[in-house]
Amino acid sequence: MTKNRLEIKNLHARVVDGESILKGLDLIIPKGEVHALMGPNGSGKSTLAKIIAGDPSYEITEGDILVDGESILGMEADERARAGLYLAFQYPVEVPGVSIANFLRLALNARRDEDDEIGVMEFYETLQAAIKELNWDDSILERNLHEGFSGGEKKRSEILQLLVLKPKYAILDETDSGLDVDALKTVSQGVNAARGPDFGALVITHYQRLLNYIVPDVVHIMVKGKIVKTGSKELAMELDEKGYDWITSQLAA
Amino acid sequence: MSDLPLDHPDAAKLEGMTHENQYNFRLAENYAFRSEKGLSKRVVEQISYMKNEPEWMLKFRLKALEIAEKKGRPKWGPSTVDTLNFDEIYFYIRPQDRQGTTDNWEEIPEEVRKTYQRLGVPEAEQRILAGVGAQYESEMVYHSLKEEWTRQGVIFLDTDTGLKEYPEIFKEHFATVVPPEDNYFAAVNSAVWSGGSFVYVPEGVEIEVPLQAYFLINAQSAGQFERTLIIGEKGSKFHYIEGCTAPAYTTDAFHSGVIEIIVKEGSRARYTTIQNWSHNVFNLVTQRAMVYKNASMGWLDGNLGSKTTMKYPSCYLMEEGARGEVLSIAFASDGQWQDAGAKMVHVAPNTSSSVVSKSISKGSGRSSYRGLVQIHEGAYNARSNVECDALLLDEHAKTDTYPYIEINEKTAHVGHEATVSKLNDEQIFYLMSRGIPEDEAAALIVRGFLEPVAKELPLEYAVELNRLIELEMEGSVG
Repeated sequence: MTKNRLEIKNLHARVVDGESILKGLDLIIPKGEVHALMGPNGSGKSTLAKIIAGDPSYEITEGDILVDGESILGMEADERARAGLYLAFQYPVEVPGVSIANFLRLALNARRDEDDEIGVMEFYETLQAAIKELNWDDSILERNLHEGFSGGEKKRSEILQLLVLKPKYAILDETDSGLDVDALKTVSQGVNAARGPDFGALVITHYQRLLNYIVPDVVHIMVKGKIVKTGSKELAMELDEKGYDWITSQLAA
Repeated sequence: MSDLPLDHPDAAKLEGMTHENQYNFRLAENYAFRSEKGLSKRVVEQISYMKNEPEWMLKFRLKALEIAEKKGRPKWGPSTVDTLNFDEIYFYIRPQDRQGTTDNWEEIPEEVRKTYQRLGVPEAEQRILAGVGAQYESEMVYHSLKEEWTRQGVIFLDTDTGLKEYPEIFKEHFATVVPPEDNYFAAVNSAVWSGGSFVYVPEGVEIEVPLQAYFLINAQSAGQFERTLIIGEKGSKFHYIEGCTAPAYTTDAFHSGVIEIIVKEGSRARYTTIQNWSHNVFNLVTQRAMVYKNASMGWLDGNLGSKTTMKYPSCYLMEEGARGEVLSIAFASDGQWQDAGAKMVHVAPNTSSSVVSKSISKGSGRSSYRGLVQIHEGAYNARSNVECDALLLDEHAKTDTYPYIEINEKTAHVGHEATVSKLNDEQIFYLMSRGIPEDEAAALIVRGFLEPVAKELPLEYAVELNRLIELEMEGSVG
């Protein structure tokens, strides 16, 4: 069944006219599953996330990315999002003067027909549900997008957007970095609320800690632009115990 | 493309036009009187005669004409102004249908009402009761004043009628804020002025609903020289709003207004203007307020249209505790040059001023911030803060900053901050990754950039501003 999955096939990619980062990466994330992607610094995890989302500063030299069997390589970032992809950024940017409410209304309407804009009540209810899930309050909606947000608030905003936009596949790029335990729990609660048979996720992290809260179905380890090992959630624990040297020495052998 | 008179069989097709197309209309030119082209003593005399003015006004006009001729055009500012040819301009045009004002919307000529509809301002009709003054061509033809204002003693008339009905108040204040000697374009305006608003707010009267004037120009090469005089007596409070939209034409149109505001002790005044002239209009305006003891004046100035703008709203802080504020937005699209800014003159102690200027340039558009902060000796503890931010939408767009600061008082505090930024790729990618198309993402960033000023706009103007930005951003990136 190629229909219900995000599939990355033999992906080779580099910075536009620059260094090669992904070197033949294969990954399949079926709907209904959460996969973790771990790996040492510089292995290309964040690059993979941005490439899937359609960051124009990278170019794909070989391979394909398929959403439910359809290639998305010819699509701009906005089309990919409307096709059901979502990236929770490691470093969400600030957009001064643009309120979260306004921004989310635009993002939701971009997914709808021009004459079918979201109604005020429906919009309000969608936002309320998401805010509640993240133990946040209404005041957040009137704040400008990430302007003056703490690191933790930015991460929470990324998950708030995920809950409102309801993508089919989400990539969470180090959503746990910079979070204290309470914030980690809150953010994880948000992600878990999104889980279900129609949702697949790739959770990128350095630390096993996050995976106690967002329990993955599968764990992948990435080194130097490729997946080098795939296993169950126990793999993450093993990795945590033994460190990345364990993997690299295995590869060398 | 849609330069059709209303009686043309294709006129019906104009209905349902997009906002963009709504500029491109004009109505049949049925004018009772229009001066000959060019600026001359004869033309000035004709204008005064047609208006049946008192002798002193004719003398004032003729003297102003002499001053203009002596002064010559300014040697600074946008070079495009040099292409403005007075010999091709009608300095006075009067619509045939009526002279003076009316309080009844039904008496407004059909043509004028249709023009409003074309401009997408049917709200104007709803706002009649709120007191809408409209200027059609070079003259006020319509004016409505809310009953309670009349009760409160507020005067809100076109300037010509103001001169006739309130000659004493008029003469006492007219040209005291901006004398003809001030600058070349103010002298030209003084010679040929026509229309504009005359507002008088008596002592202690606070007006909650803004006074609004919606006006437009509609004849080829029509000069538009409105002269607005606003007097706020002690302890008064009011907000005057002026917005203008002009149809597109092939030859250059010229707009040169003079706005004079007197803000007496303890009063609070605000003047909001959104200029959205078509891109062939020269918009060279002098706006100035005299602000007295503990009074405050705020200019909210939006320069979106026109070919070339020169406009520097100013506050002369004449007495202790006076405050001045300028919030301005400029959008310079292809072929436009927005030379805008602010002027704050601190004459007295404990006066304060603040300027926030946001400009956007796109393509061959060019925006300049030109500002003057002047602090006179003896203006103890005067404070001034200027912040000007420029956003460039592409690598061709230009922006300049000319901040002049003259401080002759040691205890003064003056701050100046200027930033120039480009449309940020990371922000665009972020917004696109949420499903927002690239041009909408860019428009959203631009709106966010303007937000600190735009949030001060009345709602309908904010909506209009957003619509304009969306149009300007279509296909501008990628």
